[in-house]
Amino acid sequence: MFRSALLRSQIHRQSRNYVRATSQVAAEPYGHLPTSQSPITPKMNFINSVTPDGTQIPTYRVLDGVGELLDGAELPEIDEAFARRIYENMMQIPVIDNLLNNVQRQGKISFYMTAHGEEATVIGSAAALADNDEILGQYREMGALLWRGYGLDDVMAQCFGNAEDASTKGKQMPVHFNSKEHHFHAISSPLATQIPQAAGVGFAIKRDPARRGKNCAAVYFGEGAASEGDFHAGMLLASTIPSPTLFIARNNGFAISTPSTEQYHGDGIAARGPGYGMDTLRVDGNDVLAVLSGVREARRRCVEQGRGVLVEAMTYRYVPQLPQLPNIHPPSISTFSLLTPTSTSSVGHHSTSDDSFAYRPRQEVEDRKRIDNPIARFRKFLEARKWWDDKEEDELKDRLKGEVMRAFKRHETMQRHEVREMFEGVYRGEEPWNIREQREELKALLQKYGKDWEPWRSELKKHKGEGKELMQ
Amino acid sequence: MFAPSSLARLSRRSVATFKAKLQSARRWESTAGTEAPPAGGHSPSIATSSFLRQTRDNSLRTPDIRWADEDHAGPPSNALAGRETRKMNLYQAVRDAMSIALTKDDSAVVFGEDVAFGGVFRCTMGLAEEFGRERVFNTPLTEQGIAGFGIGIASMGQTAIAEIQFADYIYPAFDQLVNEAAKFNFRSGGNFDVGGLTIRCPSMSVGHGALYHSQSPEGFFMGAAGLKASLVAHFDVPPHTLTPTQIVIPRSPIQAKGLLLSAIRDPNPVIFMEPKILYRSSVEQVPIDDYEIPLGRAETLIHGSDLTVLTWGTPVYSCETAIHMLANPPETIARHVPEPFRKAKIELIDLRTILPWDVETVTESVKRTGRLVIVHEASKTGGVGSEIAAELQKRCFLKLDAPVKRVTGWDTPVGMSYEKFYIPDSVRILDAMVETLSY
Repeated sequence: MFRSALLRSQIHRQSRNYVRATSQVAAEPYGHLPTSQSPITPKMNFINSVTPDGTQIPTYRVLDGVGELLDGAELPEIDEAFARRIYENMMQIPVIDNLLNNVQRQGKISFYMTAHGEEATVIGSAAALADNDEILGQYREMGALLWRGYGLDDVMAQCFGNAEDASTKGKQMPVHFNSKEHHFHAISSPLATQIPQAAGVGFAIKRDPARRGKNCAAVYFGEGAASEGDFHAGMLLASTIPSPTLFIARNNGFAISTPSTEQYHGDGIAARGPGYGMDTLRVDGNDVLAVLSGVREARRRCVEQGRGVLVEAMTYRYVPQLPQLPNIHPPSISTFSLLTPTSTSSVGHHSTSDDSFAYRPRQEVEDRKRIDNPIARFRKFLEARKWWDDKEEDELKDRLKGEVMRAFKRHETMQRHEVREMFEGVYRGEEPWNIREQREELKALLQKYGKDWEPWRSELKKHKGEGKELMQ
Repeated sequence: MFAPSSLARLSRRSVATFKAKLQSARRWESTAGTEAPPAGGHSPSIATSSFLRQTRDNSLRTPDIRWADEDHAGPPSNALAGRETRKMNLYQAVRDAMSIALTKDDSAVVFGEDVAFGGVFRCTMGLAEEFGRERVFNTPLTEQGIAGFGIGIASMGQTAIAEIQFADYIYPAFDQLVNEAAKFNFRSGGNFDVGGLTIRCPSMSVGHGALYHSQSPEGFFMGAAGLKASLVAHFDVPPHTLTPTQIVIPRSPIQAKGLLLSAIRDPNPVIFMEPKILYRSSVEQVPIDDYEIPLGRAETLIHGSDLTVLTWGTPVYSCETAIHMLANPPETIARHVPEPFRKAKIELIDLRTILPWDVETVTESVKRTGRLVIVHEASKTGGVGSEIAAELQKRCFLKLDAPVKRVTGWDTPVGMSYEKFYIPDSVRILDAMVETLSY
């Protein structure tokens, strides 16, 4: 009895406070919920990112389809040298992609993923970051590494998994790069695992006095990966803890074969940002200046607030890249140049294991290529400013092809790491007995059969030292 | 067959006494392992495996096959007249099983990442067109979601056939599978169950899949009582090796179809792992009718009396090759295979179901042979082989003539450039057999 009277008086006191608070805001005549700013209303108002009239979160764009400034758009700070650097980096990606895609089709590497159609998203965002911001990629962000000075030799060494592959030492599939020097964390095939890790990386940056307020973690992922639980965990953590983590969604419309319409019902990935209390921007991912400008501002907020910020870049996966299905023999393409895009290599299939024309019309892909090519759009912008011309275009193409081909030739036939490397790196520090004994077991087997058992003999020849380090 | 175990144990580890032992042993009929190879040596590969059933008659007589289309009210019939077979590879057989499940069970649905256009391994090709997108559909990319969603469907008494795109990606679903699916019946006093749930996933290595497209995670699920885990292998007993009671033979994509239909209809949740390298490379004549092959039962593919080789999935074929090599070693490595061992009768068992595993068949075999080699692709430590070895040494302690030997992947992730030295290939299995025979 006494208790309930006390409770009543408490409630009375509290509600008077609320009344007083809301009396200052005429629009909220019923006050707020306790402990929140949510106004009380007698109307049922369901909210949804899917609206009755179909309106969606707008897409930020700077350049129109022919490379001219959109009315009212502000040109991001960019000088000729920087603009040319962006363009050259964008141009380099398809040259590498065409070559390695063809090389994969010849069976020389096991796997490849192109970034056709996503050049503006990857390069524009990389250009907006500080070079020592920590990048956690999904797998289609090789361009960001190249932007930071990762060399063609490094790319080829990793994709061929040869003895010069310092990043994965021949252990990971092609395009699974990493580089400590370039603040680029190791790619992992499982989707979205990098997203909550990025929140942790952001947190660690904030804990480090030398980097606090100066850097952020930038995490890339596709709209498909954003369906994984890890995406939601990462967003929630970076927002709540909070941690300076920049979420960059590459929405290219497809997760392998699954169109984004079957990936989510809501208004894309951007609609989820507000749910986690994050500043969110949707940009035209085919407009490199919009990406540059949008990510710059997102990064500024991220670093300043020390909290997660979300950017959704709308793009289109022009062509394909999963591991090659077993027992599919690559078609012979020896009759044409390795650098020539094949009919299936200039729009993005998911991977070399995928033929996206099985699930989307060829015409749709061709249309997108023609009217919405991120490279062509930026080139028109450069040309209008006299920052670029046909001659330079030809020279650049020749130079890039030459460089890529030279790197390829150098790495194509190079031997792999020593066989013993396969046991290295499972643990750091003292090696446990099981690893030690298993290496000894393989050593004994190689000593016994290495020279005589043909499958091993030919395999050993592919490795530096040909297994001698174990066989002697 | 060595009858008295004490006799077998008495035989010492020398080659000489082993010879004597062989002579005293009652021989099984000739086995595939001792068949004369073609001139120039013969290493069976998957494509040439003598165990794949290539004729209708052979196919219809697959051991353990249980026709599921018979009128149970009528008398049981063994009549094979009127039954047809069709040439299928493994993914087509998996598809055929799902097609039957969808046809006969209106509640059945098939879902997973990219399944609507046929799946990355083509196992669901055409199913969406045939049964409609309401029953065969894409899910967003979320393995924990797929597993939980399937549990929900199954808890309502319906049939959920879910695909996890690669076994390597099943870990986000681990909580749903181990904490939920496996414990559903137990924790609800049997009031709620998810027996209608089947999770399919491609597993094992292909030679260039590296860390995340090569894994064999069956061991992680072995401690999850309540789940059943099955690995499809594709082997068979050649007719001439059969015991008299096994009148006919059978098996492979055949196995996939029969085991998958059993899994779908089993009253418990089942994880069904499909060795992905076999999707295209294993081809058989598969009965087109509805049939099941029971879970929890191993199959003896080659009968022998001197050593038992136990495996499942892809390595079944490496074991077949190794057994051939033991009998007829290639010239280059012949010096490592002592003459007397070449006449050894090796018994090969395909475990087929990992949980619950067929302890009876394996124990019976090892009591007879006194020697066991377990082969699997997953790492050694904590692998399924550890559990089996422990159980077998308890049950067969006095009958063992050699320690149980495991030939497995190393305790490392699968490094891409090193896969040929990681996978338990036929020469490693051969070496393990020689070592175990000469112990």
